[in-house]
Amino acid sequence: MIQLNANHLLYLLEAARWTLLLSLLAFVGGAIVGLPLALMRTSKIRLLRVVSSGYIQLIQGTPLLVLLFLSYFGLGILGYKLIPLVAAAVSLTLYAAAFLGEIWRGCIEAVPRTQWEASDCLGLNRAQQYIYVILPQAVRIATPPTVGFMVQIVKNTSLASVIGFVELARAGQIVNNSTFEPFLIFSAVAAMYFVLCYPLSIAARTLERKTHGG
Amino acid sequence: MAADEFIVRIENVVKDFGTLRVLNGVGFNVARGQTVAIVGRSGSGKSTLLRCIAGLETVQGGRIEVCGHEVGRPGSAARAQLRRDVGMVFQSYNLFPHLTVERNITLALTLVKKESKADAGKRAADVLRMVGLTDKITAYPEQLSGGQQQRVAIARSLALQPQVMLFDEVTSALDPELTTEVLGVMEDLAERGMTMVSVTHEMGFARRVADLVVFMHQGKVWESGPTDELFANPQTAEFKQFIGSEL
Repeated sequence: MIQLNANHLLYLLEAARWTLLLSLLAFVGGAIVGLPLALMRTSKIRLLRVVSSGYIQLIQGTPLLVLLFLSYFGLGILGYKLIPLVAAAVSLTLYAAAFLGEIWRGCIEAVPRTQWEASDCLGLNRAQQYIYVILPQAVRIATPPTVGFMVQIVKNTSLASVIGFVELARAGQIVNNSTFEPFLIFSAVAAMYFVLCYPLSIAARTLERKTHGG
Repeated sequence: MAADEFIVRIENVVKDFGTLRVLNGVGFNVARGQTVAIVGRSGSGKSTLLRCIAGLETVQGGRIEVCGHEVGRPGSAARAQLRRDVGMVFQSYNLFPHLTVERNITLALTLVKKESKADAGKRAADVLRMVGLTDKITAYPEQLSGGQQQRVAIARSLALQPQVMLFDEVTSALDPELTTEVLGVMEDLAERGMTMVSVTHEMGFARRVADLVVFMHQGKVWESGPTDELFANPQTAEFKQFIGSEL
């Protein structure tokens, strides 16, 4: 048994950086895929609505864990061997896109119909209506739930440990295996997650207050 | 008056919402420069008719023609032209809350009419002067009273220099004092020769300003004619009762 020391803490901190990176990748990827999904969901074209809502229902009805297994082990068997970081980023992107797409669809639809009508009567085409009238208002509505979902993403990156990606949770396990101080170590791990998430929670609450205040 | 002087022609328009027939063969014409007041009880179809003229609803039968273009049928070319010719003001103002008063007005000028920022800004200042709100150019809608917001909405439509202005119960959400200021702006417009079609509950305004009054009942034009004649000598029991209850 090895005594717990400062190096262990540094190791955890380093792993926390991977958690942060994976969270960022998931969020950016999720946003890039999620925004088109939200726009497709609110499209006038039926096919786009059907495709996007099918995707969202499929992903939302699948455990993230299974997505991780599929993209790491499943693709591996098929000959597309991804490194754990990439496999985890892909899974989390697919997962985040489905949820963000659905959150943002709701926000777009929360902009009053009369805003569409007013901008229509002024002669704006559909793209102009989205860009200049609808989306700026939807963003205000979307900010609190989006930040709230970012907190979920940060915590869900811990699932990437099952495909051997050494992020914060996995690092905690590794340190615990050599030192066997589970209470101490996982308390430290929890504290680090908290430090990553708490600012987001605070930001969400502040933004929520601001938005309601108009 | 020659037939081609009619800027709005409405013939036998039928509009259904599902199984409910809201407009049942409505027809009348509006000449250039005329002010028309559409009056009637709630549910008589008057707002729906206005929305049909604005191209916000499709019709199931009949014809609506504005400035020679047919409205109410799908087709984007006709629609784009309609937007150039027709301005619409709503009961709930529908200003863009995230934009300043100036940007509310210049948005369509720069995006649709492709005007330069400077020209659009000048136009915004002009129309705001017309509605008496020059000092509010940098304000956001939420900082204005309802009456001021409605005047900005009118200015926003005016800036596009439409041939016809449609007003959908534009004072219904306002208290009497604010109603007066908005009606004042509309009277001003009528005097300048703007063609206006206004759905309204303000019978005083209709009597004072409108050239033509259209009384709608059960999805039909129940009675219509020059304002003075109509009020002096109502023909139908329904209109008699309607103006009796209003006054």
